[in-house]
Amino acid sequence: MDVIKIKGTDDTPNVILDAQNNIIEFSGRSLPEDVATFYAPIIEWIAQYAKSPNSKTNVVFKLEYFNTASSKMILDILLKYEEIHKEGHDVMVSWYYQEDDEDMEEACDEYADIVEIPFQKFSY
Amino acid sequence: MEQKSTDYMKLIYSFHEEMLRNDFTLVYEGEITHQITKAFTSLAENNMERMSEDTSIKKKVFHVMVECLQNLSKHSEENDLTKYGGGPAGNGIFIVGKLGETTNQQYHVITGNPIENEKMPELLALLEKINELDKEGLKEFYKRQMREGTLSEKGGAGLGLIDIARKTGEKLEYHFVPVDENNSFFLLRTKISRKQLD
Repeated sequence: MDVIKIKGTDDTPNVILDAQNNIIEFSGRSLPEDVATFYAPIIEWIAQYAKSPNSKTNVVFKLEYFNTASSKMILDILLKYEEIHKEGHDVMVSWYYQEDDEDMEEACDEYADIVEIPFQKFSY
Repeated sequence: MEQKSTDYMKLIYSFHEEMLRNDFTLVYEGEITHQITKAFTSLAENNMERMSEDTSIKKKVFHVMVECLQNLSKHSEENDLTKYGGGPAGNGIFIVGKLGETTNQQYHVITGNPIENEKMPELLALLEKINELDKEGLKEFYKRQMREGTLSEKGGAGLGLIDIARKTGEKLEYHFVPVDENNSFFLLRTKISRKQLD
């Protein structure tokens, strides 16, 4: 599978989608001008990945900030991984948030409520 | 001519005075683009950094500014009011200011943009609904909207106003100014308390 590596900017996140090395990671800030266009290839990559996922998938989020439009796209991403989980594969979400960032911690709890995947959260 | 020039200069000075009197740190009228959004948010971040503003307040102000500016850029472009003497599509007014005594100061983010009257009832219903909900109710509303809502063509998820109310813990203050029989001007003021929120 192709590897997607997007270097983050002040309004788009760092993204690594690397099936071979089993790294799936979103970090930084997400408030792109056009969320749909930014996230479309990412959603497409996950759809391809879902066809033959690794035995264990750990989806890492280490975001400092995301706007509401991005929050919707993050849910779409998580729902894709939920499908993989429902097919019987081992999927886990690791959610990192800055120690005093209650909003980011709460966002984790909310996603964990909506999506049926095990979540672990880590403060840093 | 001389007189006109003096009047103009006086106008500029009174603008300056009004801004200081109202503690407006940023006033912008015009097209709201993504570049403008980035410039204004980084300006505000730098200002707050210089004032050693509390991290959680900085985050809230940043967040509210982003959502307000994106609302302006996404919604005002549908409404071209030039033929009624108003601004062209995509335009709006955006103000950041401070209000209150130093002991109980608040940041204010104010937006204004034209809206067609036929779109008003839907927006009004949303504003009223948000203001009726408590913290827990807003959280559930946000989650439901995120699950069930779809991204509009312009990339709006219908979440911005709910999120502003959640992040600030304040009711949304809004006002519709009639422009003509078909259009109004929608004003929204968001307050971010500088005292620690619960």
